[in-house]
This record gives sequence, structure tokens and C-alpha cells, in this order.
Amino acid sequence: MFLEINPLVLPDVGLVFWSSVAFIVLLVVLGKFAWKPIMTAISEREQGIETALAKADQMKAEMATMQGETEALMQKAREERATLIKEAKEQSDKMIADAKEKAKSEYDRIVADAQLAITQQKNAALIDVKNQVGALVVEVSEKILRRELSNKTEQESYIQQLAEGVKLN
Amino acid sequence: MVLRSLKSLLVLAFSLFVILFSNGLFANDSTKTTMEESPAGLHEEKEGSFNVTETILEHIKDDHSWHIIGHTSIPLPVIIYTDKGLEFFSSSKLVNEHHEPVVYQGNYAYKLIDGKLKAVNEAGELDKELSKKVWDFSITKNVASLLISVTILLLLFLSVGSAYKKRGVTSAPKGLQSFMEPIILFVRDEVAKPNIGKKYAKYMPFLLTIFFLILINNFLGLIPFFPGSANVSGNIAFTMTLAVFVFILVNINGNKSYWQHIFWMPGMHWSMKLFLAPIELIGVFTKPISLMIRLFANITAGHILVLSLICLIFIFKTIFASAIAVPFAVFIGLIELLVAFLQAYIFTMLSAMYIGMATEEHHHEEAHH
Repeated sequence: MFLEINPLVLPDVGLVFWSSVAFIVLLVVLGKFAWKPIMTAISEREQGIETALAKADQMKAEMATMQGETEALMQKAREERATLIKEAKEQSDKMIADAKEKAKSEYDRIVADAQLAITQQKNAALIDVKNQVGALVVEVSEKILRRELSNKTEQESYIQQLAEGVKLN
Repeated sequence: MVLRSLKSLLVLAFSLFVILFSNGLFANDSTKTTMEESPAGLHEEKEGSFNVTETILEHIKDDHSWHIIGHTSIPLPVIIYTDKGLEFFSSSKLVNEHHEPVVYQGNYAYKLIDGKLKAVNEAGELDKELSKKVWDFSITKNVASLLISVTILLLLFLSVGSAYKKRGVTSAPKGLQSFMEPIILFVRDEVAKPNIGKKYAKYMPFLLTIFFLILINNFLGLIPFFPGSANVSGNIAFTMTLAVFVFILVNINGNKSYWQHIFWMPGMHWSMKLFLAPIELIGVFTKPISLMIRLFANITAGHILVLSLICLIFIFKTIFASAIAVPFAVFIGLIELLVAFLQAYIFTMLSAMYIGMATEEHHHEEAHH
């Protein structure tokens, strides 16, 4: 046979047998106790890393949305504060205006009352003065009458004149 | 600059090597003639003369004992099966104190002829008819080396496997585990995934086993002394066994479209189909055969190269030859380290590729008429 020309290319039955045994033993033993746990462990770890990364991304996205939410809340709070301040200011302005109004009306009323009282008192005083003037006039007229009752016509015109003068007042 | 001077040095050394090697061939011829001239004092002559081919082949070939140093060698168990049953005995019984083969009388008379156990007749001559009945399952040097590598692999990967179980999934790999994980990942990501595709996980144990078995045997073969020095992955029986396993795996897992592409190539004229079928059928067998020969030839060639360089010293019988031989042997040795890894990778990658080709899902629309 041509294989027998070179001993190197002639396979020995013994080595074929032992190689097969060695290979099958390795395949079975390592396959069960080495390759299987190693491959599962590696793929599990890879999956773990993958899920961890995905989770981190998800968390990031969640953080971003949460930040957006807080931002919105802050904005809202700021707006509320602004409106509150504005309302308070309006209220206080209104209160001040009301108070002013009230004070003014009170003042007006007091002034009016005072004027009324002054007028009344002035009138009373005038009436008093008028009464006193009347009494004085009567007294004077009496005195005049006692003295100048002789000249009757002249007397009467003079009284008329006096009375007119009194009315004018 | 350093690289350049190194380069020119290498060129110089190589040209010297070529010149001297041609002389070496001449020297080889002269030793042969001296051996032929004085067959009587053969044992005496052996010390002085030197046959390169024999020396190298002796290192490449399988052996029934494991040579350690000088005249010391470990006898290995011989296991033979004949029509008279199984026989066990030590290989030390097959040689005398001068390490020359002698006849051992078991169920038949056995003798080592050219390093192989054969049945002999009473005169001590080869009995060809009887030798055909002798099945030699001995623990030879290669088998012993193979068993050592199997032990190493088992120890290594069982400890790594238990490390994964013990340390759990979440902790980072440590020690041996972290050394092996990149290699395993390399086999998975560079070999299995791109060539096989989605179903790669099913074939990972096979590919990893074949890769590490070839790798460790390649490495052990590069060690020039005891635990190494055997030439397992450069032995045709070993590579044939692995190739046969690949062949079986590929053809068992071959799907419908794989067989269709072999026997009845779709999308071709019927005459072309008839023409292609035998070619494709031959291809089924040439694939594993190419795997077998590639690994065998690469590793054996490496061993022969290193041994040839070392033999230069003995051809010239001068210590000065080592000035060239040793740096070259170291250089080739370094290349062999690369080749050891490369051949394991190529064997595994091609196996994965053949598996991928056999399990690939084709989506032919049959539109090309």
C-alpha cells in the first residue's frame, strides 16, 4: 500500500483508539463540568451587564423626567407666589384706598357738621343780636318816642325809615 | 536601527546557513558510505557517525518507550489484542540492555521492527500474515503524552469551571479564570459566532475541546524534554481522529439544504447539477482530509525544522556550528509558538465554518432562471 512508503503518514490503530477515547472523555467531562458552567456564567454575566446598563439608561431617563417635573413645579410655585404677592398688594392698596376714602368722608362729614354747627350758632348769635338790636331799637325808640312825640308826622316817617333799615339787615 | 542591524545579521546568518547546509548534505552522504563500508563495527560506528534522517524520524515518530536522557528511558506498557486475547507487558521486555530490539514470547513471538510491534517467526523474522492479526493498543509515547495533556486540561478547566460556580456571576474573574476567559471568549466571538451564527452555543463544547486539546498538544510538543517532546498533534493518527469527529459532527448536523446543495445544486441546469454532484460529494470528504493534513504537516514540519537545525551541530561535529544552529532553532521555536496557536485556531475555525455551512439556513427564492 502506498501509505507504507512513509511511516509518518501511516496512522496507528492504537493512537486512533486512544485519541478517540481522550477526545470523547474530554468532550463529555469538560462539556458537563467546565464548558457548561463557564458558558452559562459568561452569558449570564453579559446579560447582567446588559440589563444593568439598560436599567441605568432607564433611571437616567426617569431622572430627566423627574427633573422636568420639579422644574415645572417650581415654575408653578413661582407663578403662584407672584400672583399671591400681586393679590396681597392689590388688597392692601384697596384697603389703603378704602381707608383714605373713609377718612375723607368722615372728614367731610365732620367739616359739614362743623359748618352746620357754626352756621346754626352764627344764626343763633345773629338772632340774639337781632333780638338785642330789636330790644335796643325798642328802647331807643321808646326814648325817642318819649322825647319827640310832639312832631307826630315827622315821627312816623322816621319810624318808618328805621323799620326799613332794620328789615334790610 | 536595531531592527535593521538585526535584519542584516539574519540575512548573513541565513546565507551562511545555506552554504553550510549544502556541505551538510555532503557530510551526510559521507557518513552513509562509511556505515556501509564497515557493517561489522556498527555499534562502534554509531557513536561517531550520524544519520540525520534516522535521528529526526526517531524524534518525530511514535515509540514504545519514552526517551529521557542519554541511555535512560521510561518503559511504557504494551497492550496488544490478538485472536488469543488481550496481553499486557512492559515495553522493557522488548529491548535488551543495549536498547536493541529482542523477541518477546507472549501468545505469539513479538519484536519491534522499525519501532513498531510486529509478530515474528521462530527465526526472529517478520511474519506479515500474523502481524495483521496483532492490534496494538499500547500506551506509546504519544498516547502517554496525550494522557498527560488530557490530565492537564481536566485539572485546568475543572478548576476554572468550579471557580465560575463558586465565585458566581457578578464577581470579576480572578487568577486562572481570568487567564482562560479571554481565550474562551475568543473562541466564542471570533470562531463560533461569525462562522456558525445563531446556533453557535450548541457547538461551543466541541469547538472549545478541540481547540484546547490541539493547543496543549502543540505546546507540549515544543518542550524538548520529558513532559513534552512527543509529537502528538504532528501525528497523522491524532489529526485523523479529530478530523473524523469533525466530519461526523458536520454531516450529522447537516440540514436539508446542505444535502440538497451537494446532490442537486439548486438554481442550475440539470446537466450542471449532474456535473456538480460528484464534485460536491468529494468536497464532503476533502474538507476533513484537509484539516487532517494541515495540522499534521504544520506541526511535523516545525519539529523537523528545529531538529534539522540542532542536527547541524552533530553533522559538523564542531561546537561552532551551534553559533548558527542555536539562534536559528530559537527563532524557529518562537515561530512554532505562533504556529501552535495559529494551527489550533485554524483547525477550530475551519471546523466551525464547516458546521456553519452545513447548518446554514438558505433562503432561495428560485428566481434565478
